[in-house]
Amino acid sequence: MSQASVLRQIPTLTLLLMAGPVVAGLAGTVLPLIGTDAIERLIDWPGLGGAIRLSLVTGVVSTVLAVAVSLAIVAALHGGRRFGLLMHALSPLLALPHAAAALGLAFLIAPSGWIARLLSPWATGWSTPPDLLILNDTAGIALTLGLVVKEIPFLLLMLLAALPQADAARRMMLTQSLGYGRVWGWLLAVLPAVWPQLRLPVYAVLGYATTAVDMGVILGPSLPPPLSVQVTAWMMHPDLSWRGPAAAGALLQLALVATVLVLARLAERPIARIGRHWAESGRRCQTVDRLIAPGATTSALIIVFLVGGGMIGMGLWSVAGLWPFPQALPSPLSLATWMRTAPSLTATGGTTLLIALISTGAALALCLGCLEAEARFRLAPGTAAMWLLYLPLIVPQTAFLPGLQVLFLSIGAADTLLAVAATHLVFVLPYIFLSLAPPWRAWDGRIALAAAALGASETRTFWQLRLPMLLRPVLTAAAVGLAVSVGQYLPTLLVGGGRITTLTSEAVALSSGGNRRIIGAYAVLQMLLPAAGFLLALAIPALVFRNRQGMRAT
Amino acid sequence: MTGLVLDSLCVTKDGATLVALDLAVAPGEVLSIMGPSGSGKSTALAAILGVLGPEFRLTGRVLLDGEDVTPLPTRARRIGLLFQDDVLFPHLSVGSNLAFALPARIHGQAARRQAVETALDQAGLHGYADRDPATLSGGQRARIALMRALLAEPHALLLDEPFSRLDADLRTRIRAFVLDQIRARGLPAILVTHDSDDARAAGGRILDPLGREAGPPL
Repeated sequence: MSQASVLRQIPTLTLLLMAGPVVAGLAGTVLPLIGTDAIERLIDWPGLGGAIRLSLVTGVVSTVLAVAVSLAIVAALHGGRRFGLLMHALSPLLALPHAAAALGLAFLIAPSGWIARLLSPWATGWSTPPDLLILNDTAGIALTLGLVVKEIPFLLLMLLAALPQADAARRMMLTQSLGYGRVWGWLLAVLPAVWPQLRLPVYAVLGYATTAVDMGVILGPSLPPPLSVQVTAWMMHPDLSWRGPAAAGALLQLALVATVLVLARLAERPIARIGRHWAESGRRCQTVDRLIAPGATTSALIIVFLVGGGMIGMGLWSVAGLWPFPQALPSPLSLATWMRTAPSLTATGGTTLLIALISTGAALALCLGCLEAEARFRLAPGTAAMWLLYLPLIVPQTAFLPGLQVLFLSIGAADTLLAVAATHLVFVLPYIFLSLAPPWRAWDGRIALAAAALGASETRTFWQLRLPMLLRPVLTAAAVGLAVSVGQYLPTLLVGGGRITTLTSEAVALSSGGNRRIIGAYAVLQMLLPAAGFLLALAIPALVFRNRQGMRAT
Repeated sequence: MTGLVLDSLCVTKDGATLVALDLAVAPGEVLSIMGPSGSGKSTALAAILGVLGPEFRLTGRVLLDGEDVTPLPTRARRIGLLFQDDVLFPHLSVGSNLAFALPARIHGQAARRQAVETALDQAGLHGYADRDPATLSGGQRARIALMRALLAEPHALLLDEPFSRLDADLRTRIRAFVLDQIRARGLPAILVTHDSDDARAAGGRILDPLGREAGPPL
């Protein structure tokens, strides 16, 4: 096959790589259920009703809150000076693995956590940690908070990417010149244009929040736990007969997610009708602006405080010598934890990095192939293609990963590093594509025309012009991919079979043990790997283009 | 026969004719296509270069030195292009921009370096090879853009309003430099412009995109 015809096939191949594992994995989960008593055993589990309710409530409430806060932040602050500062403060949170964010939050809000320490004993009178169920509370409030905090940076990023196509800046000027406030005008005139592009990201958040395992283990209640946590526990149970109810539970999760998504889709029409009604009423609703604008700033600051405080707290625990309650700071500081855990940290960190590099490298190559094919053959990915891209992010991981595990077993590749990396690819690729596609498509097409008029082939234009000129977004996308891979929990746990462990799977496993010093060390390293990726993505272009003013970051 | 021939070149979109040109440009001649914006000038240019979008319908042929280049992709047509902006590659040095255009058949670092230096000398920019293009003045960038187009050894040249961004004094000098180079090399050239000064300075025939004479020079 010629080079061009290979390139032509890459988009199809990529979509197969996204949908294939999901479909094959689902089949591998469903088929073994037929003719067993798995469903009866699931129904007989006394905690089922509570687990379902917990999963649905935390998933839906956290998604609604995250979407509302994200919309409020953009509507109230976008275009202003504070917005830039806020995005600088929030964007590192995007790179933070879910588990690390959850651990940090747990350190902060636990009865013996930093907040309680800062208030004790002078305000609370506590000299020992109070016996309160703040963390792992039965209503799932801590879990909901963790989900909201972690999903807002992602939704903000997706919103920002959608704004230019919605002609947001001019619509805002128009509505304000008609006497509408920023927020109300934005909701009536910009949101309807932005929503079609925000729909899939919101569905991905909804799917994740309803079925998250790592955050559920760390922040969620235990009796009963969220459905996802119980299903995973059955999957890892030494008694293999629990695999049946686990699979049945996973399918129940899939059904729950599907139902919620359908309901969300159906809710759009009435909401849009209400919005039109408000728009036609001509009311300027200045109160909305007066209420939401300060609320948006406050909630953004709370997020930065919660996550930032959690990160710093974990860092302190990892170097804490003695840190009895209610002291606000440890003393003395000590490197003993780091020295003691160095061998296992190095080994686990090395495995994590290797898996991340393999999956990110493969995903980047496929995405570049897709985008180059799109440009060269004038392809336009349709709605169906975008759905396939999002499929691994929306379908519950518990529903297709066990089937995938069986698949790897049958080809003798289970429990290998390569199998784990291949599974990570499915989750890494969509994020890399979402990060890389907008700058790639925005590249000045006249450069390609100038090169063609000089007799350069398309291949030469790709390697010598487009790729080097887009070095910055390519490296940023790679850093995003690295962060996503480092943060994966369930794929590592299930496909790695316990033999391949990463920083995230270790950190989650340690979280129940309560040794905060070791958890802190793992969590710090979990943050540092993605952070190093993003630093390199900033530093390398700055170094390479240090003598090129036209290539400065804008 | 040598030169650039547009043989009944016709572009339509949704049934409306945007371009209808039937003409021959002799070596060293600079023909102008003039008209206000939206008049089909850039469509004519895209048709000659072979980059029309799928929404357009093209009939007729583009002949270069007697060869039909209509079925060829842009890179194989040997038709050079100068943009309204210089479109220098921002990540490459001035010298690398020129070397990018130099045919691969000129081998060896020394020979390629020599060809680049010669081009720089001709543009009056001796010693500029390692400079960042962003640090050049508008006039310098325009000259580099022309030298880059010429180094690719085109058999014809298209000029897409290449002087419109320059201020009056610079414009006259750069225009003279570009036109001198075209005549000295005997290249057939088409200038697309909305500016009658530029069209008159080019010294050739002046047509609109539908092939009508835009009147004798005033």
